[in-house]
Amino acid sequence: MFTEAEIMDLIMTKDSKTEHLVNDIIDKPVEEHKITTKNVNVFYGDFKALKNISMKIRPFSVTALIGPSGCGKSTYLRVFNRMNDYINGFRLEGKVVIDGVNIYKDKIILEKLRKEVGMVFQKPNPFPKSIFDNVAYGLQIQGMKDKHFINERVETSLKKVVLWDEVKDDLKKNALALSGGQQQRLCIARTLAVEPNIILMDEPTSALDPISTGKIEELIFELKNEYTILIVTHNMQQAGRVSDRTAFFYLGELIEEGLTKNIFLNPKEERTENYITGRFG
Amino acid sequence: MNRITLNRIKDKGFLVTGIISTFIGLVLLLIFMADIFIEGAPRISWKFIVSLPSRIPERAGIYTAMMGSVWVLILTTIISFPIGVSAGIYLEEYAKQGRLSRLLEVNISNLAGVPSIIYGLLGLEIFARVMRLGSSVLAGSITLALLILPIIIVATRESIKAVPQSIRDASYALGASKWQTIYRQVLPASFGGILTGVILALSRAVGEAAPLIVVGALAYVPFAPRSPLDDFSILPIQIFNWISRPQHGFIVNAAAAIIILLIITFAMNGIAIYLRSRWQKRVSW
Amino acid sequence: MIRTREQIIETFLLISAFITIFTTVGIILVLAIEAFKFFREVSVIEFFTSTEWTPLFTQKHYGILPLLSGTLLTSFIAILVALPIGLAIAIYLSEYAPKQFRTYVKPSLELLAAVPTVVYGFFALTVVTPFLQSFIPGMSGFNSLSAGFVMGIMIIPIVSSLSEDALNAVPASLREASYGMGSTRLQTAIKVTVPAASSGIVVSVILAISRAIGETMIVAIAAGQQPRFTINPLVPVETLTAYIVQVSLGDVQHNSVEYRTIFAAGITLFVFTFILNSVSHWLKNKYREKYE
Repeated sequence: MFTEAEIMDLIMTKDSKTEHLVNDIIDKPVEEHKITTKNVNVFYGDFKALKNISMKIRPFSVTALIGPSGCGKSTYLRVFNRMNDYINGFRLEGKVVIDGVNIYKDKIILEKLRKEVGMVFQKPNPFPKSIFDNVAYGLQIQGMKDKHFINERVETSLKKVVLWDEVKDDLKKNALALSGGQQQRLCIARTLAVEPNIILMDEPTSALDPISTGKIEELIFELKNEYTILIVTHNMQQAGRVSDRTAFFYLGELIEEGLTKNIFLNPKEERTENYITGRFG
Repeated sequence: MNRITLNRIKDKGFLVTGIISTFIGLVLLLIFMADIFIEGAPRISWKFIVSLPSRIPERAGIYTAMMGSVWVLILTTIISFPIGVSAGIYLEEYAKQGRLSRLLEVNISNLAGVPSIIYGLLGLEIFARVMRLGSSVLAGSITLALLILPIIIVATRESIKAVPQSIRDASYALGASKWQTIYRQVLPASFGGILTGVILALSRAVGEAAPLIVVGALAYVPFAPRSPLDDFSILPIQIFNWISRPQHGFIVNAAAAIIILLIITFAMNGIAIYLRSRWQKRVSW
Repeated sequence: MIRTREQIIETFLLISAFITIFTTVGIILVLAIEAFKFFREVSVIEFFTSTEWTPLFTQKHYGILPLLSGTLLTSFIAILVALPIGLAIAIYLSEYAPKQFRTYVKPSLELLAAVPTVVYGFFALTVVTPFLQSFIPGMSGFNSLSAGFVMGIMIIPIVSSLSEDALNAVPASLREASYGMGSTRLQTAIKVTVPAASSGIVVSVILAISRAIGETMIVAIAAGQQPRFTINPLVPVETLTAYIVQVSLGDVQHNSVEYRTIFAAGITLFVFTFILNSVSHWLKNKYREKYE
């Protein structure tokens, strides 16, 4: 797919902007990890989808999960808000700790976990309701009645995703009438409105055109200042552009994890190199 | 004449047969309805609708039967709607695949095939006698509610199934509970379809006579019911009663009452079809 | 808090679903108990072999055969009408008609099944019978022919709609293979699609028979109320369902043998339709596997 020189180019153009951030992350002490997974195995019935995954994720960083289809990267992403729980035969072994709490033990209330860990899906999936109702939904289900507060939160959320100016005059319009890119930004705003700490993104731009994709990527870059972000992507360039660290998955195993720059330029594993240079996948 | 020509003629011949078959039922129905209209329409007047039953055909009206039908329709809706929709939600959203849900499913599809008159026997023994409701509007309505329950359940399930999983995922991911997701997302999105199914089921209930005859609904009731425990008659039973009388005057009454019953049935079907098409248009995710 | 509320709601929904189970259990219990009481007073052998059914007369006989023959005769006539017409519609719609046409015709055909059955009874008695009498001399005013004929019209949509679904499920590749060998549409239908869809068509016919056997008002109005062990379609007969209606309209003491006869008739009817529905259910599952 790419030659080494092209990849180098890719990373380097980004680096000028993000150098300081990358260095910040490296400098942070290990105790400040936002998420820790230890020896995580995931089963669907007899099928073992994830094999012994251990990984640490730092706060206010973007981690890209890459790998060929069916490698388990989406399953791993959905481990953090327990969306896999609805799949028949799902079983998890090991520890998944977020902010010091094992989310698969300790009488976890799913609704609270998901308020802390937001998710953006592959295809934009706005509710068939008005733009306003979409963003307000998360607050309403928490029992929030204060209209003034809700209005304000809707506005700030839409501003954060740079959608406010485009829709402020017709907030009552059905969300399905928006364009694909607008819909996806609306879905991100909807997630932000409940004020999560962590945002999971499952190939958020795979259904979008290049211009919309660019807008979302800029947005991810902004959001990093406030949130910890995990993003699954098929697109190598995207991983290179937006992420600080990258994890490569293959057949349910975590092959390699490290600074994006290192993964792309000096992968330790041959399988990583083969994938990144487009020899399979 | 060679084989190929013969085959082509046969092919064309079937085309004609097919078209005739498609329309023969509808044409016969049209002829029947024209016949009824010619016979019954002159008899319809406001007086016919608000008069009590009578031995003299010219004085008889459908007031009590009509009010009985309205009572039955309302009570049947109140009973069957919440139960049917709840059962549909349970089967589609909660039931895990396994013995229990298979049992429920097979049972519902079997119930849909049980003749309506058998429900009448159930109503007569359980509601009228054991529960001591007598031959009341309530006993009849519970019976009809059970009869149309399978239709409502199936319609509910179909409409819920049409709601894409991504909507549920989005709601869960925002921290909504299962019931919040169903109540705020799934039900509003499938409500048009559910409503269509319920109206179709009720239009069937309004034309049913057999189970209510067995429960003990009367052909002659001098007053419209005033409470759920009163005796009652309904339009189809009134029609049945008039058809079985020897005087021609009653046949005319029956035709007139049939026109009214058909208007009610077709109106309900029309509303259901309208709702369905509107709902289908709206749902393009 | 959330947990208990969710739990209460789920329990309520589960109970709603279980009402359907209670209904089935209720039906079976009611029929079985009353039929059991009935057979304590009437011999089973008489019930199944006697050709007379006169529980309401002084000279009482309890043979179910006349009611059964009346039921089967009217249903048979109905199928004679509905099967060829319904199948012709199904073949026409699936093999010949444009798709657009199909989307309009199918709902209109459903209209036939939406008309209340008392209305069909009225047609049979006041339109069809007088019409047939004009060229069949000696035809009685109540008879199984016109009741069966009208019932046949009513069940056309059951045959046509389910058969058409089955024909449409036949893979297009089979159809194309037949056209490719120079077959006409009719030959393709007869030799390829109809045989391939045969189990689905059989299911539709079984369901239509089951519906006809359980139909009440048409036969109660137009076929008469005289239990008669006959296959003559021109004379009055009585079906199981019509008998139940006849007794329900009269004054019969609860807890009398006469009262229980309607449950004996009811359980016979229930067993028949239950077997038919189960067979169709079994067949449907079998042929679904074949294509998936």
